[in-house]
Amino acid sequence: MSSMPALFRRLGRYYAFYATGFVALIGLLALAEHFGLTPRWIGQIFLFATIAIYAAIGVMSRTSDVAEYYVAGRRVPAVFNGMATAADWMSAASFIGLAGTLYYAGFEGLAFVTGWTGGYVLVALLLAPFLRKFGQFTIPDFLGARYEGHFARVVGVCAAVLASFVYVVAQIYGVGLITSRVIGIEFEIGVFVGLAGILVCSFLGGMRAVTWTQVAQYLILIIAYLVPVAILSYKVTGVPVPQAMYGTVLQDLGVKEAELFTEPREGAVRALYGQRAEDYARKIRELPESLAIERQAQVRRVNELRTQGAPAREVAAAERLLRDMPRTPDEARVKWERARQDSLARTEPPRPHAEAHPGADPAARDSARNNFIALTFVLMVGTAALPHILTRYYTTPTVRESRRSVFWSLLFILLLYITAPAYAVFAKWEVYNGLIGANIASLPHWVASWGKVGLVRVEDINGDGILQLSELTINSDAILLLVPELAGLPYVVSGLVAAGGLAAALSTADGLLLTISHALSHDLYYKIINPQASTQRRLVVTKSQLLVVAVVAAWVASLRPDSILFMVGLAFSIAASAFFPALVLGIFWKRANKWGAVTGMIAGLGLTLFYIVRTHAFFGGSMANAWFGINPISCGVFGVPVGFLVITLVSLLTPPPGPEAQALVDCVRLPDLHPRRADAENRL
Amino acid sequence: MDGDASQRAYWRATLRLTAVLLLLWAAASFLPGWFSDPLNQVVVFGWPLGFYMAAQGALIVFLLIVWIYDRGMTRLEKRYGLNDED
Repeated sequence: MSSMPALFRRLGRYYAFYATGFVALIGLLALAEHFGLTPRWIGQIFLFATIAIYAAIGVMSRTSDVAEYYVAGRRVPAVFNGMATAADWMSAASFIGLAGTLYYAGFEGLAFVTGWTGGYVLVALLLAPFLRKFGQFTIPDFLGARYEGHFARVVGVCAAVLASFVYVVAQIYGVGLITSRVIGIEFEIGVFVGLAGILVCSFLGGMRAVTWTQVAQYLILIIAYLVPVAILSYKVTGVPVPQAMYGTVLQDLGVKEAELFTEPREGAVRALYGQRAEDYARKIRELPESLAIERQAQVRRVNELRTQGAPAREVAAAERLLRDMPRTPDEARVKWERARQDSLARTEPPRPHAEAHPGADPAARDSARNNFIALTFVLMVGTAALPHILTRYYTTPTVRESRRSVFWSLLFILLLYITAPAYAVFAKWEVYNGLIGANIASLPHWVASWGKVGLVRVEDINGDGILQLSELTINSDAILLLVPELAGLPYVVSGLVAAGGLAAALSTADGLLLTISHALSHDLYYKIINPQASTQRRLVVTKSQLLVVAVVAAWVASLRPDSILFMVGLAFSIAASAFFPALVLGIFWKRANKWGAVTGMIAGLGLTLFYIVRTHAFFGGSMANAWFGINPISCGVFGVPVGFLVITLVSLLTPPPGPEAQALVDCVRLPDLHPRRADAENRL
Repeated sequence: MDGDASQRAYWRATLRLTAVLLLLWAAASFLPGWFSDPLNQVVVFGWPLGFYMAAQGALIVFLLIVWIYDRGMTRLEKRYGLNDED
């Protein structure tokens, strides 16, 4: 009976010890850097040390027990499940991408902050306690039991695999990016190194190993996220609590923005970009002659430089320009159109950071507001429907613990999301005050080193030797990684941030891979194809599926699909429209039946996919086909209500569900009557 | 059946609590985004209020909702004799 508090205390001791050890490692590396350890070594030590920790936890928690492998034995205390869920939830996109998105989108980016946290209210109120009471292994399990039969289960398996797979590819891509940048290996090799890191935990120990590694990963990622911005906040305001201090900085930033945006030289630079855009438009119109003229001009320039005896560096640069010229008129059209769009974007005067729903006219402002609301909605409902998050609530000992565990999850997630807007504001403040208006010849050296990998670009278009705002480009994903250098911090902080990003990507990838392989092996193989399979055989199938899925995902990621961010957005809409209506009505409306659920899931999912194909340029659609001007990323805003509507209508038109399904609903609505006794039965 | 009636009452009370909290959730989620312009006219400690609500205020409300739900449900379980903990 006293096993739970004892377990809790023991875990607390382990992780406190581990966190202290990690902080000591940071201190040690900082000291070593002071005495001359090179950045390259610091990065490698950080990455390999953390992966070694994850691997050690993975090997220690290896298991061949089914309940341990699928749901960590259902004895994960609420606080630790909260941390594991937070790590499971916060992916490379949250860790690396969010600060950059907020930097560029300002107020509009806050849809991600409210959206990705508000979803947990839906998880707590509508799903987690009931799924825990149901107490099986996967989300399709619930659909199969509640909606009587394999049909609903199979639809659930398909949607779960679809949503999780696009998501996991994005994570592995992020892992490849970080490892290749920090260790300096090829991206493709980086992907497979990361894959090894993912597999050492999930392969041997399933959910049990992944849970305990995720707790470790959460601690690393939250330390890595908070430290740089706290130092930056201390530097700018004198108080190391960025979440409380960035309000005043935001106000000062507003003053700086007003000054900067009306500066005459900024206007002149924007006008120059306007001319360049027109120039490209003319050249595109005059294809193919314009291409021939361009090439001749460049050949002449190279010859001139050679005959004048110009420095070898200039000659080489001119030759490279000639080599890189488009070969065919079609190639030139694509390339110049992209350059034209890029120049055109720089002619737009920037918007104040805190301005809500910017737009040229009231219609554009209204459309921006509608999209903001729609995106918030989709991200919330999608959060409450992603299978890898929902299955985490199967792992707590009791219904009550699962409710508490949502509270802890949200608290741990909040720490990061409340900090992200502060990151954006402090980074902008540093860029506007430290870089803009500075002499281009004397920019800090990191501008050049990030320029080499193409993430920062500086172009002195008006030739005045001074950096204007429109002359600077920073890749949105680089903002977070740049903050330590912006603030002039030692490299050890950059290494820490990279380790945090790796932890975020690895933990999410682990959770997703488990979800996919469990859907395939448990729901498809064991429940449908071969219900007589022995326990041992089931685990063998699960592990081999995991391996296959992981390798396929890594292979897709190594092809570098360039629409990764769009695919992550897609995963939310897919999950929201496929699962949310069927799960919620399954618990709250007894009359919902098999036919309603199956048609509703297919209709919601179908509409979502249809809208995306019609409106997104990736599939050849265009925004001219959009309804109410809603962007494709928020397409779930149509799929979810249609799902609810179809389930309701079809259920009412067909016979009510059988007594077994009704009894199941009654059962999940009640908490466990004897939680202590249930706990004793579940123990070990 | 006494147990059945009590269980039905428990479920009705659960639904009431859920509905109230969901209303609160919807207000915290969507009102700041919709009324951001008038809210942004008010400035609190440097933050325009609309910005603050979307960046921090709503998040704190979410956390409170989840906390209140756990407390409320625990109380309901005790009242209807569905929890023998403590």
